[in-house]
Amino acid sequence: MSDTNRGIRLSRRRFLQVLAGTAGALVIGIRAADAADTDAPLPPSLLGDTFYGIGAYVRIDADGNVLIGLRDPDTGTGVATSLPRIIADELDADWNRVSVVSLGLGVTDNNGQPSWIYGRQLGGTGGSISAAWADLRQAGAVARWLLLQAAARRLGVPADRLRCESGTVIALDGRRFTYGSLVEDASKIDMPNSVPPLKTAERYQLIGNPAGDVDAREIVTGQTRFAIDQQYGDTLTAVVVHCPWPDGTLDGIDFTDTLAVKGVRKVLQLSPEVGQQAGTTLSATAVVVLAEDTWSALKGRQKLKLKWKPGASNSESSDALEQQANTLLAGKTDPTTRVRNDGDYDAASKKAARRLEATYFQPWLAHATAEPMNCLVRVEKNKATLVVPTQAPQKAWAVVHRITGLSPDQIEIGVPRIGGGYGRRLDHDYLAEAVMLASNKDIDTSVRLIWTHDQDLEHDYYRSGSVHQLSVIIDRKRQITGWYQRMVSASALVNRGVPDSRLWTSEVDVDQLPAALVPNYRSDWYAQTSAIPRGPARSMPHLSNAFAVESFIDEIAHSMKEDPLDTHLRLLGEARELPLSGGGTFDTGRLINVLKLVADRIEWKNWLHSVNGLGIACWHFNGAYVAHAVEVAIKEQKLIVQRVVCAVDVGRIINPMGLEGQVAGATLDALSTALNLSITYKDGQIQQHTGKDYALASMAQLPDAVEVITVPGDRDPAGASFLAMPTAAPALANAVFRATAVRIRRLPLGKELSRLS
Amino acid sequence: MALAQAQALPATNTIVPDKTRDGIDLQINGEHYRHTGDPQMPLLWYLRDVLRLTGTKYGGEHGENGADLILLKGKATSAISVSVAKVANAEIVTIEGLAANDGTLHPVQQAFIDEDAIGCGYCTPGWIIASVDLLKRKKQPSDDDIDTLPNVCRCGCQTRVRRAIKRVAAGKAGQP
Repeated sequence: MSDTNRGIRLSRRRFLQVLAGTAGALVIGIRAADAADTDAPLPPSLLGDTFYGIGAYVRIDADGNVLIGLRDPDTGTGVATSLPRIIADELDADWNRVSVVSLGLGVTDNNGQPSWIYGRQLGGTGGSISAAWADLRQAGAVARWLLLQAAARRLGVPADRLRCESGTVIALDGRRFTYGSLVEDASKIDMPNSVPPLKTAERYQLIGNPAGDVDAREIVTGQTRFAIDQQYGDTLTAVVVHCPWPDGTLDGIDFTDTLAVKGVRKVLQLSPEVGQQAGTTLSATAVVVLAEDTWSALKGRQKLKLKWKPGASNSESSDALEQQANTLLAGKTDPTTRVRNDGDYDAASKKAARRLEATYFQPWLAHATAEPMNCLVRVEKNKATLVVPTQAPQKAWAVVHRITGLSPDQIEIGVPRIGGGYGRRLDHDYLAEAVMLASNKDIDTSVRLIWTHDQDLEHDYYRSGSVHQLSVIIDRKRQITGWYQRMVSASALVNRGVPDSRLWTSEVDVDQLPAALVPNYRSDWYAQTSAIPRGPARSMPHLSNAFAVESFIDEIAHSMKEDPLDTHLRLLGEARELPLSGGGTFDTGRLINVLKLVADRIEWKNWLHSVNGLGIACWHFNGAYVAHAVEVAIKEQKLIVQRVVCAVDVGRIINPMGLEGQVAGATLDALSTALNLSITYKDGQIQQHTGKDYALASMAQLPDAVEVITVPGDRDPAGASFLAMPTAAPALANAVFRATAVRIRRLPLGKELSRLS
Repeated sequence: MALAQAQALPATNTIVPDKTRDGIDLQINGEHYRHTGDPQMPLLWYLRDVLRLTGTKYGGEHGENGADLILLKGKATSAISVSVAKVANAEIVTIEGLAANDGTLHPVQQAFIDEDAIGCGYCTPGWIIASVDLLKRKKQPSDDDIDTLPNVCRCGCQTRVRRAIKRVAAGKAGQP
């Protein structure tokens, strides 16, 4: 059949595509039905939401090799391995024959509007696995169904008498056909009208079994091309220096010496676009040096003579913001938002046998990705081509579209493997900068913009510092009957199209512990303003809240002279499912289980008598459960993190090796953050400029091992990339309290411990 | 003076380089290169922009995160901290030069795969270079020895890197 005929036939079934690839390959793309495609045999709605709108593809070649497209950016979360394995398992593919290719952004033009052909494309937000579970398996199932039909026709037996195993169709009599030998026939078979049945769990071959990173060999040999490693034709390198104040302006510039540097081509000034939301345009005025290579650009940047004029924000400081928060909490001001109010806290307060209050402070934080912000872009008359480390390719598209005015299918965005994201690359200030440069009428080359690390640290979308004032009411029977949390912070959602009434959602979780466990529970949030930009951060809002809540539970236990594990278990009560106001349920049994697992492993029974300090903490969010137990020792006045145990329950485990890596990795990141990290600003300027000022933990500071316990389960899988972040710091601080009697209520812990001891 | 010496030598088959020629001779991954640009260019940018050997990464202006480590005369060195002029004629090995010509991986590379000691992968080449250097100096490194690695990593690959180094020390790279 000619390609033309196939195209006509397929146009009637736009939501499912079988394409004859080169050399007779079977290529399956499943894409969104076009609203205008009235020829579709069934309204897409009849197929259900999951079948409609998916689009990752599988390609099987005649030689048996399988190529699987990866739709979500991999920032180190392991989705480049786990998502293709979800598809490959459903296909019964031989994993050794599978290779993975990053799809980049999938967009087509739908009357000038973008139509996303691969469905959801988002990385590092903890949702890739659950989204893939809902739709990607079906791409594999469709491919397997077609191969089975092809074999059935060849053998003259019904397809249900055949089975698939590791890239082969096997008949009852033992006859076998490799997938490669079937693809030509399979590509001529009509698509099924409904989703073929998905495999049941006992038939999984890859899901639940460990696999190393698909890119491992390329990475260890230095072959992987991150965006920063790429060029596109004639390419100029751009380096940038931003105004120290977000609201500052350029008051004077002399770039004569810069232009005299060999290799420097141009100096340009860029400003944030007025009226655009945070993260879609520059966060500060910038001066850019374009040169033939990075070194020339850097030398040129050094020779710039710039005079910046501060804006009104030059009186702001993080110290003043903290003081303002404390003043707010000392008074009786109404909160910006009453986030939750169960029962009657005030009434319960009157019957209190015991009360306790504590205030916790957590500093501002930066993202500190390994690969700096960068973007490769070429803008031509009818085309923009980008290679960019973005966690959100569809949001990236919108920025390119706005700046260039190009239509959806004139914009091509490639997304290679990314050197860390943590939420930083959900924003596209750096991309806007690069696209503005490449759109400049004097620039007819590609531009690769590279931020130096000082720019990354000084011009981030930070995590706001926060102050948490926690109060508890305990009755005569030693039951916690009331809980009142007041949190003060600058919301990450300001100027992001979120109504004022929802600004709290980035700061505090309405369902966080111990909500639903305490009858009289109140959670208030107080808004602060700051000119320092904020944005999505790893494990937000859980990281800061878990530290406050889980430290406070430890303090409550201490005040009652009770083992903190027992306090936790009493608080959690019977194993049961409690409804969450955000939807879904909180299964206390699963949380109790992970808590007990870490307690057993670290030999919690020694808690009271151990020379070293033991600490414990647990948390739940996004339908997943996590607990940490930490053992610390003080040797020669130095804090040694001796042992760290982490247990997680994410439901079904896709890749145990990947999960262990994510859990251990997030644990170490959380310890590093809690021990060392703090962003401060003074006179409106960020005070940390290099990796020495914002020093991630050294190998010596971190534990030699993280003992990871993963709970097997059969519920739909939840994401795990930052699950282990929130509980590491409180478990550490609680262990430090046992070892030293010093209660850490302020992070970073290292600095605070030396101040207090 | 060097020229005079060369002329004084008895005739042999040795080709005497033309000392009047511009440039700096470099020896990278067993290949010879001549750099005729700015002698002060940091080795990092020479590798990345000129040779397009991009396995060595930018890791801060002072190489703070260790992603820019290369082996200079066998010693792990921050490539952004040394100029091309400074490393003239010295043996330089980058991450691209660690594996054998037939593709056989260096045991440290293999052990990183075995232990999945990879986060985002950006700083992994730097960790591998630092580990190769350490294992050359200490065949059986202690935990304290491993603690001296200069690299940092926000993905948290440290505990898996430690396992990979111990695997190499135990001669178990590539084994189950």
